[in-house]
Amino acid sequence: MTTTQIAPETPVARATAHGVKISRRKPKWQRVSPVSYIILGFVTFISVFPFYWMIVVASNGNEEVSKEVPTLIIGPRLFELLGHVFDANPLFGLSMWNTFFVGTLVAAAQVLFCSIAGFAFAKLNFKGRKLMVLFVVATMMLPSQLGIIPLYMLMANFGWVNTLTALIVPALVTAFGVFWMRQIIDAQVPNELLEAASIDGAGVVRIYWRVVVPLIAQSGFVLGLFSFLAAWNDFLWPMLVLNDPEQFTVQVAVNQLQSAYTIDYALNLGGAFLATAPLLVLFIFVGRRLVSGVMDGAVKG
Amino acid sequence: MSQATVEQVKPVPPGRSPNVFKTTTPQQRKLRKQRKQSEDAGIRALNAKWGYLFIAPFFVMFLIFGLAPVIYSIFIAFFNWDPLADTQEWYGLKNFELLLTDDQFWVALRNTFSIWFFSTFPQLLMALGLAAILKNRFLKGSTFWRTMLLVPNITAVLAIAIVFGQLFGRDFGLVNLVLSWFGVTQHIDWVAHPLTSHIAIATMITWRWLGYNTLICLAAMLSIPQYLYESADLDGASKWQQFRYVTMPQMKNTIVFVLIVATIGGLQVFAEPLILGGNMSGGDSRQFSTLTLFLYEQAFVNNRWGYAAAIGILITVIVLIVSGINFLITRRIASEDN
Repeated sequence: MTTTQIAPETPVARATAHGVKISRRKPKWQRVSPVSYIILGFVTFISVFPFYWMIVVASNGNEEVSKEVPTLIIGPRLFELLGHVFDANPLFGLSMWNTFFVGTLVAAAQVLFCSIAGFAFAKLNFKGRKLMVLFVVATMMLPSQLGIIPLYMLMANFGWVNTLTALIVPALVTAFGVFWMRQIIDAQVPNELLEAASIDGAGVVRIYWRVVVPLIAQSGFVLGLFSFLAAWNDFLWPMLVLNDPEQFTVQVAVNQLQSAYTIDYALNLGGAFLATAPLLVLFIFVGRRLVSGVMDGAVKG
Repeated sequence: MSQATVEQVKPVPPGRSPNVFKTTTPQQRKLRKQRKQSEDAGIRALNAKWGYLFIAPFFVMFLIFGLAPVIYSIFIAFFNWDPLADTQEWYGLKNFELLLTDDQFWVALRNTFSIWFFSTFPQLLMALGLAAILKNRFLKGSTFWRTMLLVPNITAVLAIAIVFGQLFGRDFGLVNLVLSWFGVTQHIDWVAHPLTSHIAIATMITWRWLGYNTLICLAAMLSIPQYLYESADLDGASKWQQFRYVTMPQMKNTIVFVLIVATIGGLQVFAEPLILGGNMSGGDSRQFSTLTLFLYEQAFVNNRWGYAAAIGILITVIVLIVSGINFLITRRIASEDN
């Protein structure tokens, strides 16, 4: 979407550059002023700086950053100070694993359940379909904290308090995911293909698996990523339903580091860095897909 | 949306009677037809029972973990409900009466709107500006810029709030250091005052969501037909004029979408003030307590579940009212243009 657009325009621009004097200058809309790059560079700097700062503080210790003019470069003690996080909370590694486990499971379930429901809403023909789609959209307007007390009571009734189940089950499928998949399938899966497959005698499940899934794999992957990120980053709900350190997710563990009496910035930011680093590594590989996922969702939204 | 945009280009006002479109271009008719097909045809050959089966997991889960708690929450709001003392006393509307006379509620409401204001409007303007820069096809490294913009969005509010809490520190915070280069030499205690703490929180929110909203705006801008800009360029319109008279009118729906999402999100802000203050009271004098934080404080610190449920209902009502106003304003603007 991004790079392909440049190619077809360039020859046109060149062609017009021959001939008359006036057109030798590029038309206004083709010029990129250096100010654009300066602004983008500045915004990128601001976007990245807090992550850099986490590392600076976590690698220098409190003394270095508690000066009138604090140091701005990465110090030598990163691993030593990150070690303090594991000293303060020996279960920090387990917390990271718990979060990874919850996130992966939630992501897989979201992709499956949202895509089959989205497929049904976009392409299958059953009574009450339109009304139900409206219902799904309406539920997206409800603030999530409205039902949080009864949800807690429900978890207590099921005996799920203090288990990872309390994090996984309520997050298996969301109205947002269903609606998003509906929009994607509506736009990306042509009816002709489905009809052709149907005439060839394929059943609904087969059509879903052999026709729909290959076409929406990219978008499903993006939905899975966003679900994983949401599960990884959620902290209020885990904080409420978990109180056994063995079950903590990484955000709860980071928050626990904070509750000491003195503010230990190196420890806090070290924990924040450990909780963020896996996502940044992930982002290096999937960032571009997330960008196109956000933009795809936007055009259709 | 892309389809809607194409239609808006034509002089025929969209959304009047269907036969207006019979007289429009073949391309438009095709779009309409496609859209209509996907709206109500479905795949007729496919058996209906599969439809219900496929949506069943969603509906079952949603009824149990989404709708039932919401309904039960409305029920709780009419009780004096303390889980520790095990009281469940019928209160009628008393929770709501108490709420409307509770100073803490009004403070939280004021703070929420103040933070919402500072985090929404500057962000929207910046997002539009950045999208206008990124839209340029001749920009080098556009994929790189877009990707970098989204980095803040993937990180946990918790980690970010910790970092920003340090950056906005009174004595050793970098923000005060940078301000001192520009002549602001006194050490601002960001957390201590309502306005400064709101700005600090709004900064966190803006930092986190700016890239995301820029991409949303960018996607909408890219779907504006290029010929509009070319003809505006031929007519001698400056870049600013093109932005004002070509881009902005086409972006109306997107701007409203971004505003509504920002409002729903903004009325639910709690993580940033929670980390910044270290507890659920939102600062020593509740200077940055927000509605949702107030809800959690009542529910999980003071164990007033009925009261907290009433706050939840009020937040929902406010969200619906604000969304409704947004919607009406859009409609109004749209009809004025026609």
